[in-house]
Amino acid sequence: MRYLPLVWRNLLRRKTRTIFTVLSIVMAFLLFGILSALDMAFVGNVELAGNDRLIIQHKVSIIQLLPESYRARLEATPGVVDVLHQTWFGGIYQKPSNFFMQVPVLPDRLLKVYPEYILPEDQKKAWLTDRTCAIVGRQTATRFGFKVGDRVPIQATIWRKKNNSTAWEFNICGIFDASRKGVDTTPFFFNYEYFDEARLFGQGNVGWYVIRINDPAKAPEIAKRIDDEFANSFAETKTTTEKAFLTAFAKQIGDIAAIIRAIVTMVFFTILLVAANTMAQSVRERTSELAVLKTLGFSDGLILLLVLIESSAVALVGGGIGLALAWLFALGGDPTNGMLPSFYLPNADLVSGALYALLLGLIAGILPAVQAMRLRIVDALRRT
Amino acid sequence: MTGLLNWLAQMIAVTALNLRTLRQRLVSSLVAVVGIAGVVAVVVAVLSMAEGFKRTMATTGSPDTAIVMRSGADSEMVSILSRDDVRVVTDAPGVRRGPNGPVASAELFLIVDLAKRTSNTTANVTLRGVGPNAVLVRDRLKIVAGRMFEAGRNELIAGRGAANQFAGIDLGRTLTWNNNTWTVVGIFDTGGTFSDSELWCDAQILAPLYRRGNSRQTVYVKLDAPDSFTRFRDALTTDPRLSLKVVRESEYYAEQSQMIVTLITTLGTLIAVVMGIGAVFGAVLTMYSAVAARTREIATLRALGFGGGPVVVSVLSESLALSLVGGAIGGALAYVAFNGFETSTINWQTFSQVAFAFAVTPRLVVMGIAYALIMGLLGGLLPAIKAARMPVVSALREL
Repeated sequence: MRYLPLVWRNLLRRKTRTIFTVLSIVMAFLLFGILSALDMAFVGNVELAGNDRLIIQHKVSIIQLLPESYRARLEATPGVVDVLHQTWFGGIYQKPSNFFMQVPVLPDRLLKVYPEYILPEDQKKAWLTDRTCAIVGRQTATRFGFKVGDRVPIQATIWRKKNNSTAWEFNICGIFDASRKGVDTTPFFFNYEYFDEARLFGQGNVGWYVIRINDPAKAPEIAKRIDDEFANSFAETKTTTEKAFLTAFAKQIGDIAAIIRAIVTMVFFTILLVAANTMAQSVRERTSELAVLKTLGFSDGLILLLVLIESSAVALVGGGIGLALAWLFALGGDPTNGMLPSFYLPNADLVSGALYALLLGLIAGILPAVQAMRLRIVDALRRT
Repeated sequence: MTGLLNWLAQMIAVTALNLRTLRQRLVSSLVAVVGIAGVVAVVVAVLSMAEGFKRTMATTGSPDTAIVMRSGADSEMVSILSRDDVRVVTDAPGVRRGPNGPVASAELFLIVDLAKRTSNTTANVTLRGVGPNAVLVRDRLKIVAGRMFEAGRNELIAGRGAANQFAGIDLGRTLTWNNNTWTVVGIFDTGGTFSDSELWCDAQILAPLYRRGNSRQTVYVKLDAPDSFTRFRDALTTDPRLSLKVVRESEYYAEQSQMIVTLITTLGTLIAVVMGIGAVFGAVLTMYSAVAARTREIATLRALGFGGGPVVVSVLSESLALSLVGGAIGGALAYVAFNGFETSTINWQTFSQVAFAFAVTPRLVVMGIAYALIMGLLGGLLPAIKAARMPVVSALREL
């Protein structure tokens, strides 16, 4: 590697050009990183769905309620391990734009069905025993500065209390973290029994069920068994895997995600095109110099290698800085404040980004490098 | 004076020479044009999505229409009104009177699952049960195919957007929810409002099927004049027996679309800024190589007595010309590919689908081209200064 100084000098000979080439590659990969995080936020959480979880909703739509009495029948269904039900509370904390999801649940079931929620032991104990208790995910807790022991007022939009008031108050006795990156830690959970007793109407009805089954391979079979069980009743059900449910929801947001993805990909490649063209040009300009090197006895292979190292170095430095910036940006979290809870840059995308950068360097370098390698010294020297 | 004229003449001569020799630098110029066109196309396309959504929102509200919900409800979906509430609302002062009573419609807002035509996955579609005067309240509604549903029958009519986006919404087809079968008897158009994404049926039929009894969710009211709103609202909100919320239709829908417009504009701006910076760097590179390729030419001009100013102007005009072409191509591309493109997305507030069309307005295209010119200006500036500062002697010797 005693030739590295040679590569270095070549990179420095037109400093402005090298700098701007690196900068444009930086922007391309920054864009790539933001896109990956967006992708994660729009559709990526589908990948995080538990494959042993099924969602049971009312056949007409998710906003129709299901009877709480289905729980016992679901628990008795072969193949079903745990049954949790959830209900959309839709409350407002201070002002409507402070959106986060609030859900009444049965405390012990929540932790069984969602083992990815991690709660410290003492907080878990309070959550399981104290009926006025609520637990909140780390992201929402950080956003509003909620601490264990806080009393949080939530204004109901749907569920009035028996005294016709819309003001609900909850004691925060736990803050949960996620055992894996990307798990949504924005929800706010509270005790279903407390909720059911206090609400003015709708007693004994819940929004939807989330169940855990013993064998993911049997999901279609179990789903059919459940839907058959409740067929022809007032509340017929539709059971899908959590993954299918999330996919359908992502598709509801719809083409917007696909369109953003398509266009950003287009721009990514446009910027790369510009950068690659410049890198290739800087090699072409040096044809006569390369001929001199060959005259001095540099082998064809060595010339090829030197040119490729040069172009890869530019691409990797640019790509590395770009990805690092994107990573920092994604660390800042959801840029829309609450609409995209799982906005983060997955490690897999960092790796593929780095590979793209290397690929860019090789592709941009390979044509001029091969040309340089094949160069006949006499022709090259004559060209000036 | 002659100095200025001379300077102008020099500038024109150099610029003309410069633009005429563009062909020799075709590849790198093309790369710059493509880069800028790509950025402009993307920026215009993303913003046209927000623009289209805003347009849908803006056309929905009529200034003389009010919506009454239960107080505390932030959307129609979570509101509930009793039969008495509905009666008090329709009898309130300020409500327009029509041939068959108050021009008001007490409605139910339900959601049903239908498959999206594009992805074949389930989507939440609004099924609205309306009163007999609903068509008088939405005076822009026109039946474009088939006919209006008949009161008392399991028939429904669908908005044009819903018919385009969701599978099974075809004239004469039947749809089944909860063991009830409905026939699609008509398609309506309200000129691109939110209603175009909805299915409508008779509230009297819908209510018992979903155990709603005599309750309704909202009342849409036509006022006798736009400024009767305050009188109407005060009459309802100051009555201690009632607990109601009265909003103008236009304000309600503006609020409904706020989240999605924020989402699209935030992401759009973010992407536009990052891409724009990337494109400026691309333009800088192109112009540097253009200047490098013309080193001898520029040095010759300088040796002949041409000043530095005209050289700067000529380089800048080359980069501006390239970016103008790029911007125009990008704007045109966005217009051709996206204007009027219909899609649908979920409205976070009500969990229901809204169909809308991308709107590439002239304002957006002009903005895109202006953005391109800024990129061109920034991209050309450094190389232009470099060209003008080039020492003549060494430049002539180069290559």
